[in-house]
Parts: sequence; structure tokens; C-alpha cells
Amino acid sequence: MLSTLANPARFMRFSGAALPWLGGASLVFLAVGLAWALVLAPPDYQQGESVRIMFIHVPAAWMALSVYLFVAIGSGVALIWRHPLAEIAAQAAAPVGAAFTFVCLVTGSLWGRPMWGTWWVWDARLTSVLVLFFLYLGYIALVNAFDDTSRGARAGSLLALVGIVNLPIIKFSVDWWNTLHQPASVLRLGGPTIDVSMLVPLLVMALGFGLLFGWLFLVRMRTALNERRLRALRIYGETSEPAATGVRPALR
Amino acid sequence: MDALASYFAMGGYAGFVWPAYAVAAAVLGGLALQSWRRYRASQDALRSAEPRVPEPR
Repeated sequence: MLSTLANPARFMRFSGAALPWLGGASLVFLAVGLAWALVLAPPDYQQGESVRIMFIHVPAAWMALSVYLFVAIGSGVALIWRHPLAEIAAQAAAPVGAAFTFVCLVTGSLWGRPMWGTWWVWDARLTSVLVLFFLYLGYIALVNAFDDTSRGARAGSLLALVGIVNLPIIKFSVDWWNTLHQPASVLRLGGPTIDVSMLVPLLVMALGFGLLFGWLFLVRMRTALNERRLRALRIYGETSEPAATGVRPALR
Repeated sequence: MDALASYFAMGGYAGFVWPAYAVAAAVLGGLALQSWRRYRASQDALRSAEPRVPEPR
């Protein structure tokens, strides 16, 4: 199925049809999830109402990790098979992953202040997530740092692949080192320890975030393909048909 | 009225809970808006470009 979609024209047709459904589903899940998280879910017996921050912090963290995996896989496919769509996909997803990582860091800080008494500690979990954020920023900067876009893309892909070692470090940091951060309570061996009344809204929010990523990814991927096509049209128009240079220069 | 006020007070954690949700909404909403605007602009530019220039492939 992936190889069928790995053709720009077919991708545009499929993604154009999927876009409104993804956007609508994301809005529905986020609306239900927000109402559940902010009103219906009970306060925690230890953390009180501050536990409501979890409903954004944890899904944002999951997205930060999964989107990075997505970027790294896209980069790997781009490096090995030289498929141009894989590169564009990784580049379209990276800023979205960076945004989720930023949200995870900020909400974590806002949760840490009342619960741990500090906005930030340099422990394994927090530091490795900060490194993840810088990996995203480094990838984005590297991709855009070269005049020759294919060299930038290759350098970025290499960085994304090397950075993948950070993912297991983040996931297991709470088990390997002593940390203020609490250990996993959902994705753990032996099943979730979190109560169902919080687990369900958490999963609804996570699904909303995932669908939002899907929508954002398709929108950004389609934009990149449109802009690539515009560049091709402009080059074509300039070399063979002077009258056709009226392509709007608003986009580069 | 009191019920509403105590709800927004979030058991004393209002200064942490609401900013967390606000930051998430601002960052993700902002990214969505920026991405959508750029997408629409690229669609418009393509529409106005393509009738004038023949297919490149």
C-alpha cells in the first residue's frame, strides 16, 4: 500500500480525499477529550486537580517520540532507496514533532513546579527529552542550511538516523536512573496502573493528537509537493516560454 | 457562581493547569493555522500558474 502511495500524483489524490476526514475526526476527538479531561475526569488522590495537565503532557510526549521515529524512518528510506517522497515526508513531519516536544516540555515544567517544587531538573528523563527537541531543531536547521537542497536533505537524514539512539534512552530513562519523573503507568509490562477513569480520556486525547498529526502531516506534505511543482513550472516557464513567467512569485 | 469560580480555581492549581492548556492550544493551533494558510496559498498559486504553463512531464 505504501509503495502505491509513493507516487506524487496518487498521493495527492488520496491525501486530498483523506484531509477533511482526518481534520474532522481530530476535532471531534479533541473536543470530547478536552471536556473529559477538564471536567469529567476525577482529580487525583495525591496530585489533586493538577493531574489534568497529564492529559496534554503525556499524549504530547507520545507524539514527540512517535513523530521522531517517523522522521527517522523517512530519513532511512530516503538514504537507502533515494525515494524523494520519503525525504519530503520527513521534512513535513519534523516541525510538527518539534511542536509536540515543545508542548511536552512546557506542560511538564508547569506540572513539575507544583508537584516537585521545581520547574526543571537536569535528570535523565527531562534532559533526554530536551535533547530530542534539539535533535528536531538541528534536523530542521540542517535541511535548510545548504543551497543545494539535496545535500541538506542528506545531512538532515543522517542526523535523524543517528538521533534514533535517543528514543530508547527517553523511554527507559525512568527505569535506568533515579529521577523525579514518575515511571510509566500506561505503556508498561504487566498492563497500565493508571485508573480507567483517567486512562480513557487520556487515550481519547492521544487519539485526537494522533489524528491532528495526520492532518498536519498531509497538509504540510501537500504544500511541499505543490511548492516543488511550482518551482518546476517556473523553471520550465523561464527556459522555454518567456510569456509564462507570470507564475506568482509569492511562494519560493 | 461559586461553583464556577471554584472550578476555574482548579483546587489552587489554576496558575499551572490553565497555562498548560493555553500553551498547547497556542502552539498546536498556531502550527495548524500557519500550515493551512501556506497550503491554501500554494493551491492558489498552482491554480493560477497551471493554465498558462503546459504540463512539464
